Amino acid sequence: MLTVSATKHRGAFLLNAQFELPTPGVVALFGRSGCGKTTLVNVIAGLLAADSGRVALDGTVLLDTNRGINVPPERRRIGYVFQEARLFPHMKVAANLRYALRRAAVAPFIGLDRVVDLLDLTPLMGRRTHALSGGERQRVAIGRALLSQPSLLLLDEPLASLDASRREEVLPYLETLRDQLAIPMVYVSHNFEEVLRLATHLVLMDAGKTVAQGNLSEMSLHSGVRAIIGAEAVGAIVDGTVLGTDSSSGLTRVQVGQGELKVQFPEAAPGTRLRVQLLARDLIVATAHPRQISVRNSLPGVITSIASDVDDSDLIAIDIGGLLIMARVTKAATHELGLAPGLPVWALVKTASLRPHVI
Amino acid sequence: MMWLSANESEALALSLSVAARSVLLSLPLALLLAWVLTRRRFPGRTLLDAFVHLPLVLPPVVVGYLLLLLFGARGPIGGWLERVFGIELIFTRNGAALATAVMSFPLMVRAMRISLETVDRGLEDAARTLGAGAVDRFVSITLPLMLPGVLAGAITAFSAALGEFGAVITFVSNIPGETRTLPLALYTALQTPGGDSEAARLAIVSCALGLGGLLLSEWFARRVRRMLGR
Repeated sequence: MLTVSATKHRGAFLLNAQFELPTPGVVALFGRSGCGKTTLVNVIAGLLAADSGRVALDGTVLLDTNRGINVPPERRRIGYVFQEARLFPHMKVAANLRYALRRAAVAPFIGLDRVVDLLDLTPLMGRRTHALSGGERQRVAIGRALLSQPSLLLLDEPLASLDASRREEVLPYLETLRDQLAIPMVYVSHNFEEVLRLATHLVLMDAGKTVAQGNLSEMSLHSGVRAIIGAEAVGAIVDGTVLGTDSSSGLTRVQVGQGELKVQFPEAAPGTRLRVQLLARDLIVATAHPRQISVRNSLPGVITSIASDVDDSDLIAIDIGGLLIMARVTKAATHELGLAPGLPVWALVKTASLRPHVI
Repeated sequence: MMWLSANESEALALSLSVAARSVLLSLPLALLLAWVLTRRRFPGRTLLDAFVHLPLVLPPVVVGYLLLLLFGARGPIGGWLERVFGIELIFTRNGAALATAVMSFPLMVRAMRISLETVDRGLEDAARTLGAGAVDRFVSITLPLMLPGVLAGAITAFSAALGEFGAVITFVSNIPGETRTLPLALYTALQTPGGDSEAARLAIVSCALGLGGLLLSEWFARRVRRMLGR
């Protein structure tokens, strides 16, 4: 368990943050630019002194202002991947990596070969850092942080300075790290796509405060998250279990809540956990079980609430068996279908609009 | 050298020796002061800064005189050095090195400060999260990154030390083979009837050394910049 609480005055800005993360896990610090995400991460790393606070990781207290404990950053065993990579310009890539390994406080549990292999760094080893592309830089920075043998990894918008294609080039590596190494991570981002792909938990920050937190599914429909990502991107994140693959259609069946989704995800072994986002704008609500329709997926559920949304539409929250999803429909449709809390409905979604990934 | 007389060669060799000692003496101290003045905020910082720059604005003769008071045989520091370590400064080449070190000290500190200010502190923070302590960070990150400034400072100070006149002649006098450096030898030659050609040769040597120093400094700076990819 990672527990963090901190307050810090900086001029007119006040940081007042508390959150917890079960370990190992990936918590996304999510919020608009300037909401204090980086400040909070710097407090966790020890690079910034908090006015008051406590940081503890799996029973090890790193900071406790009440008890006068403040472990210096160089002894916290916290790996930090900065937005601008911060590779040492006077060393080649290999030397940057060895710099961290040589200073590791514990016997290496992640060796140089493993890191080079995980991040495909072999072709970069002899290069000078200024000759690397943005994506390559971040891969080296991630590798360097890992080689310090950290018990916690902080990533401060590591992809923010990259364009979309470069981002797509680095993201799979981060997913691999999450899946193969049991190192808890704090991932700072204002890009929900990255959060969706990487995080297990989400802490929502606004104006220096941690506003809400929870696992990603719970948080995906939070009004504060919705306000940041915009109406188009709103949608429940649901985790499901692969049941099997239909040999005739080639589609993979995934148990989600009490229903079943068919997704395109070849070679998924039964039992694999898949995550998929059901965008509110992609969902169709039916009051009767639909037949003779091209849509492959219909999830039975019960309406729990209806809230007004942008452009004369309503957001319909539907409980599909312990999981909450949201559909956006026009107010006219709400009225005509007589949608109301408690009404049993079917949520329909096209297989083609689902982009599942392994968690 | 073929075309220099024995006296002239001696003055040249002595100058190089004095300048080298001077740089070795002032380098660590200048590094420390550059770091303190750039990175630390403390009461009296402005005063310390002014004190470091004092030799730039004082007449060299005054510096030489103050050195005599402090480091002379009966001065508080000079007397102690002689009693405890047996180090004599008055009328010796070590004394000449001290005088030139004091005079060129502000130049060296200034060059180092400018390059220290360009060092990205984010890199030091990064090193810190990787487990590097304060001394380790300075040696492995800060110092290599400010190397262009350190080299430029050292070369400038070396060149300035070759040319220092007032402080040297006041503090350690003008003793052939011990404290008569190039400018002192040139001055002596001018005071001597028929010493014109000797003075001219010494002037040419001085010019060549100064120019060489500047070119060397530029070459080093370029090399290091390329190494750092700037």
